[in-house]
Amino acid sequence: MEDEKIEDIEIRLLLEALYRRYHYDFRNYAQASIKRRLRQARDRQGVATYSALQDKLLHDPAAAAGVLRFLTVQVSDFFRDPSYFKAIRETVVPHLKTYPSLKVWIAGCSAGEELHSFAILFREEGLEDRTLFYATDINQDALEAASRGIYPLDRMKAFTENYRLAGGKASLSDYYSTGYGGAVFDKSLRDRVVFSDHSLVTDAVFSEMQLISCRNVMIYFDRDLQDRAVGLFRDSLGRGGFLGLGSKETLRFSEHVGAFSEFVREEKIYQRRQA
Amino acid sequence: MSEQSQSAGGAPNAVVIGASAGAIQALLHILPALPEDYTLPVLIVVHVPAGRRSELTALFAAKCRLPVAEGEDKEPILPGTVTFAPPDYHMLVEPGGTISLSRDEQVFFSRPSIDVLFESAADAYGPALVGVVLTGANEDGAQGLAAVAQAGGVTLVQDPASAYARAMPEAALKACRAARRMSLDGIVAALLAAGRR
Ligand SMILES: C[S@@+](CC[C@H](N)C(=O)[O-])C[C@H]1O[C@@H](n2cnc3c(N)ncnc32)[C@H](O)[C@@H]1O
Repeated sequence: MEDEKIEDIEIRLLLEALYRRYHYDFRNYAQASIKRRLRQARDRQGVATYSALQDKLLHDPAAAAGVLRFLTVQVSDFFRDPSYFKAIRETVVPHLKTYPSLKVWIAGCSAGEELHSFAILFREEGLEDRTLFYATDINQDALEAASRGIYPLDRMKAFTENYRLAGGKASLSDYYSTGYGGAVFDKSLRDRVVFSDHSLVTDAVFSEMQLISCRNVMIYFDRDLQDRAVGLFRDSLGRGGFLGLGSKETLRFSEHVGAFSEFVREEKIYQRRQA
Repeated sequence: MSEQSQSAGGAPNAVVIGASAGAIQALLHILPALPEDYTLPVLIVVHVPAGRRSELTALFAAKCRLPVAEGEDKEPILPGTVTFAPPDYHMLVEPGGTISLSRDEQVFFSRPSIDVLFESAADAYGPALVGVVLTGANEDGAQGLAAVAQAGGVTLVQDPASAYARAMPEAALKACRAARRMSLDGIVAALLAAGRR
């Protein structure tokens, strides 16, 4: 028990050090999962304590860069939770079709699986030409992977099934060719995408969006940080704009809950209130 | 310090349960036996293929006297409720007594993972925790149960001889010397004693 308390002190100090030295702010991430992640990082670095890890990371930027990337989780799929994309297609798209131009923000886009899913969906719904996508993340490796659009071939079977369940109108294989040892998604899907390094913790609002999809990113935040991020979304959305979250996330506990109404309840799609 | 002496030897504040192959039968033995006024929250990880968990919740909701649901992110953990980890997420306990979810890598080819739940719960509840490992065909839960014991919590394991699949309880007994080997009836009795009003 004593040891664990020391460990918690060390973790706080380590996160503070990472913030001051490298401006990555994990101080208000959900404790249980960041702790698990840090323990793995510590073991991989071959040091016994978080204090030793802190020493290493403060003085060795290369090691720090590696650990900082490791701390953000990069697990994603095409059309993950197909029913979410189906609901976007069936209930949100008809609203979006009434706008002459659209801005869509994929926040915490990871390696681009969710972004490509949206780009495909928007193409099939005839919205592509009027849409500008913003794809943001704090992980540089992920952003680079997202802008390359190459994914392991062995995952295409599962992604194809997701695409079908999500109401896909063609075949997923129409959108990629095989090369570089993977599935290379059509470059034209990324023609209207702006990739940028943006943190929901430390950076400011984006210009007026009609749709924001931020899935499985805020689960890593504590409640205060979630409030900050949802506040950003509220301020970045035009009236009547849409916010989609992950299947087990909710605005119920957010201080901004009043600014949104439930649009598709079971898919966690919210709409910015008019007034 | 005071927090510690208060809970050490005192009543537990939560129960965590992990199960894999044969989970439904074993849980049908345990969960419906918990009374309406049960005082502890019960958090459960079951390994089943992604997408199937919601059926689980419905099945147990129909058979239990306690409310049964899938965990949502940052939801407060309430006494007298049964919460299953949702499909394809790890479920963790935050020190303030809320749930948080993660999509971190699978552990033992599984998300949710029993180890992830148990280790975070051990951290949050310390000695005021009961950890239970039931039937299963892999080793998930063994490290987690050891963490519960190390934090001073109570550790119970289904007797491998009576389990549908024995690998998981065997691994848990091996990793956690303090754990008590019990029949399902024994586990029910222990849980009732732990959460009596
Ligand atoms: C599990 S992935 C989610 C990917 C995708 N949205 C999905 O649902 O499959 C979480 C992503 O959030 C990013 N992330 C973590 N903290 C962030 C922050 N403060 N600002 C923006 N993105 C962040 C991580 O780098 C990671 O790519």
